Amino acid sequence: MIAALEPHLAILQVVVPLISAPLCSMLRRGDLAWMMAMVVSWLAFAMSIALLAQVMATGDISYHVGNWAPPWGIEYRIDAVNAFVLLIVSGIGAVVLPYAKKSVEREIKPSRRAHFYTAYLLCLAGLLGVTATGDAFNVFVFLEISSLSTYTLVALGADADRRALPAAYNYLVMGTVGATFFVIGLGLMYMVTGTLNMADLAARLPELGANRTVDAAFAFIVVGLGLKLAMFPMHVWLPNAYTYAPSVVTAFLAATATKVAVYVLLRFVFTVFGTGFEFAALTLTWVLIPLALAAMFVATIAAIYQVNVKRLLAFSSVAQLGYMVLGIGMLSTTGLTATILHLFNHALMKGALFLAIGAVAYRVGSTNIEAMRGLGKRMPWTMAAFSAGGLSLIGVPTTVGFISKWYLVMAAIENGWWPIAVLIVASSLLAIFYVWKVIEAAYFREADDETAIQEAPMSMLVPLWLLVLANFYFGIDAELTTSVATTAAKAFLGGGG
Amino acid sequence: MTLELALILTLAIPSLGGLLVAISDKNPNQREAMTLISAVSLFAVVIWLTQQVAAGARPALHLVEVLPGLSLALEIEPLGMLFGVVASGLWIVNSIYSIGYMRGGNEQKQTRFYICFTIAIASAIGIAFAANMFTLFIFYEILTISTYPLVAHKETNEAKSGARVYMGLLLGTSIGFQMIAIIWTWVATGTLDFTSGGILADKIDPTMLPVLLALYMFGIGKAALMPFHRWLPSAMVAPTPVSALLHAVAVVKAGVFTVLKVAIYIFGIETLSTTGASEWLMWVAAFTLLTASLVAMTKDNLKARLAYSTISQLAYIVLAVAVANQLSVIGGALHIATHAVGKITLFMCAGAIYVATHKTEISDMRGLGRAMPFTFAAFFIGAISIIGLPPMGGTWSKWYMALGAANEGLLLVVGVYMVSSLLNVGYLLPLVVRGFFFPPPEPARSLGAAAVDEHHTSSSGGFAEAPLWCVVPPCLTAVGCIVLFFYADPIYQFLLPLGRP
Repeated sequence: MIAALEPHLAILQVVVPLISAPLCSMLRRGDLAWMMAMVVSWLAFAMSIALLAQVMATGDISYHVGNWAPPWGIEYRIDAVNAFVLLIVSGIGAVVLPYAKKSVEREIKPSRRAHFYTAYLLCLAGLLGVTATGDAFNVFVFLEISSLSTYTLVALGADADRRALPAAYNYLVMGTVGATFFVIGLGLMYMVTGTLNMADLAARLPELGANRTVDAAFAFIVVGLGLKLAMFPMHVWLPNAYTYAPSVVTAFLAATATKVAVYVLLRFVFTVFGTGFEFAALTLTWVLIPLALAAMFVATIAAIYQVNVKRLLAFSSVAQLGYMVLGIGMLSTTGLTATILHLFNHALMKGALFLAIGAVAYRVGSTNIEAMRGLGKRMPWTMAAFSAGGLSLIGVPTTVGFISKWYLVMAAIENGWWPIAVLIVASSLLAIFYVWKVIEAAYFREADDETAIQEAPMSMLVPLWLLVLANFYFGIDAELTTSVATTAAKAFLGGGG
Repeated sequence: MTLELALILTLAIPSLGGLLVAISDKNPNQREAMTLISAVSLFAVVIWLTQQVAAGARPALHLVEVLPGLSLALEIEPLGMLFGVVASGLWIVNSIYSIGYMRGGNEQKQTRFYICFTIAIASAIGIAFAANMFTLFIFYEILTISTYPLVAHKETNEAKSGARVYMGLLLGTSIGFQMIAIIWTWVATGTLDFTSGGILADKIDPTMLPVLLALYMFGIGKAALMPFHRWLPSAMVAPTPVSALLHAVAVVKAGVFTVLKVAIYIFGIETLSTTGASEWLMWVAAFTLLTASLVAMTKDNLKARLAYSTISQLAYIVLAVAVANQLSVIGGALHIATHAVGKITLFMCAGAIYVATHKTEISDMRGLGRAMPFTFAAFFIGAISIIGLPPMGGTWSKWYMALGAANEGLLLVVGVYMVSSLLNVGYLLPLVVRGFFFPPPEPARSLGAAAVDEHHTSSSGGFAEAPLWCVVPPCLTAVGCIVLFFYADPIYQFLLPLGRP
């Protein structure tokens, strides 16, 4: 039975969460819905592991939906890159769900819990779909599925804080603008090539030579995706959305949603347009790199001045996305390796940090720095996990953050871009300030009141620590992640050239 | 015992010791016993290893491959062995002293203190035995982070801001400069292994070598080269045992040790001297050396004065590296040992004075030598050793450093060494003179005379010697200073392979 399903893994990966979402909404009770969402998340994780193993063993998988041959039918195409991203997304889902039960019980009204898990499953299905598909229009469809469910998820934070509603609305407006731009870009490409299959597009675009329509399409797509991935200065929706969303949602989104958008950008820039596309190379060097550098500094400095830890981490995410965009802009194997590595590594560290903050919100009821005073003693495991995640964010050796930074600086030096190497290091030094603010409050300041605060429950601590240990494991033995990332980077650059 | 097992043990013993200390939280006697047992057993293993290394063995161990071609790996060579012996040997003395100091001062959170100490020692050993620059860098950062709680131990605002400067400068320089230097080296040569004769020759444009050297030298903030020296005085808010072991031995010596390692095994002495890449470093080191000595003279607080003295003494070693001559490098290596023993003596004496009298300012210490003769005698011996007068160990290290400079015809450098030694006399000896020859201030006079015979009992006569736990360790290290004078030759022979092309 399992063997019979194996050739269909590529589509099952997406279909299983998609089908289970409406089923989930029919379960009226929150705990049943949770159970279902958890089983589906774990199934998705298992499938993504099997897919990665399959790709590593036999090479790229091309799955034709309904047996319609591409470019007419929809093709799902799995290679080393998106198998890796699928693993990140479903892996984070699998870790976050056991944690979600307690956190959701505290932050969301009982009547809305089943809806919450429905939206979560839709979001998961959307993100996995965006990643797995080889069809450009399919990307748009799944991007919208994930975005629309994300707006709902953010808005569900309103039970705890009404400010979630304007945050979600803001996100909705910006996200829709992004999606529209993206689909305009797709339309322009369809106009000149008559195809929507990515591989087919990649083959036909170079034949057109210098073409203004294609240039416009490229611009629309990059801006549209830039909005989705919160590329500076199109990031303004992100801090509020992350701050007021329920803790679980923040952790899940921070670790997955923007990563998937970065992946799509990579896919379009390198596979569809290809490095031979001169306009792209110019844009990357002269537009994306300055924006990435601005993100690294402006967002980091903004993070230093935040008083809410979730917001602080949200700004830090904008800065970290700057690193990823920077890696793309370097247009070299090492730079791309750094970006792909950081996709994974940043998911691990931000996941851990937001889960730790979620545990604080669960026990203390606030995520302000002031509320974290003296927590080092009262919630030792949670705060130790936060500190470890913070060290990883700074990029201290033996953590994954160090590995990312190592590759990024190496890429800059290989290109001979000395000032940029220095700037990367300087911005990571600034990260020390905002991480340290929290650590110092927790360990070196005393709380005013002596109310007893307990350590977070086991169901939260175990997922949290799983992520923290992964931060260190992949920081000490980075063979696996770097080899996957290098293979992926070479495939991107080789395939497009 | 195989070499690999012994090598693993040098890291495992302090780590395990930390764990045992942690679980003995509720029982101070058991906790201190654990510290002492791990210190002694670590030293025993290190000594055993020293015999093997002296016999020509080069224990090596591959731990884990972090990135393709980049591994966490250990390998012992003479210089690392020397640093290992110094750090582990003085840990024993310092543990004894810590027990007296921490109990005598009723300090808070002693368990955290001892745990961080074991981690710091483990990382110092890791630095000493690292087989490549990558491994060294990782232990270097662990050492910085694990010592932060030690510096901030008192948790006052002053301690916290001091610790922030400490951590900010050390992390900042290491990530900002040293990491870039390491990645640059990696990109240029494809290896980071410590190799005799260096790995950089012909790999990097000679005109860029001084830039790379600058990234390393300023990146190794622990060597306290000006203008990145501020962390050292800031760290003096720490309890004295911390200042003694970390800021006379483990942390600062890890800095100059790394400087030596980089000069000998990354650049290669030969490359440094033929390309002249280190010429600029001579000026910076000489400036640091003299300026720190002058600043030390202006400090009335004893620990602050010792801190600036340390900055100046570290610059001796950096200057020796800049001279880039086999003799001067060996002298620099020797100075790691002799200065460590001398300076730890001075710090422990300062701590003993504080425990017994709560005095920190030198101007208040008039006549104190009569009440605390052992402490002051030990201080005197340590001071003489640091100045570099016979019959103390410090003589030899300064001798070889100056000899190396003279061999290269750098008379100016020899002059700097000599002038600075005079300055050392100027800022270290007044304390001893005040202690022994000035009359004590009125209230202390009667007590001082009575205390001479009963130096080991602090309770019997008011002002007298500090508790025995605090007095014996500096006396031991003072004897060590003298022993080093007579047994410098075996160490010299041991270090001779250094700097050979």
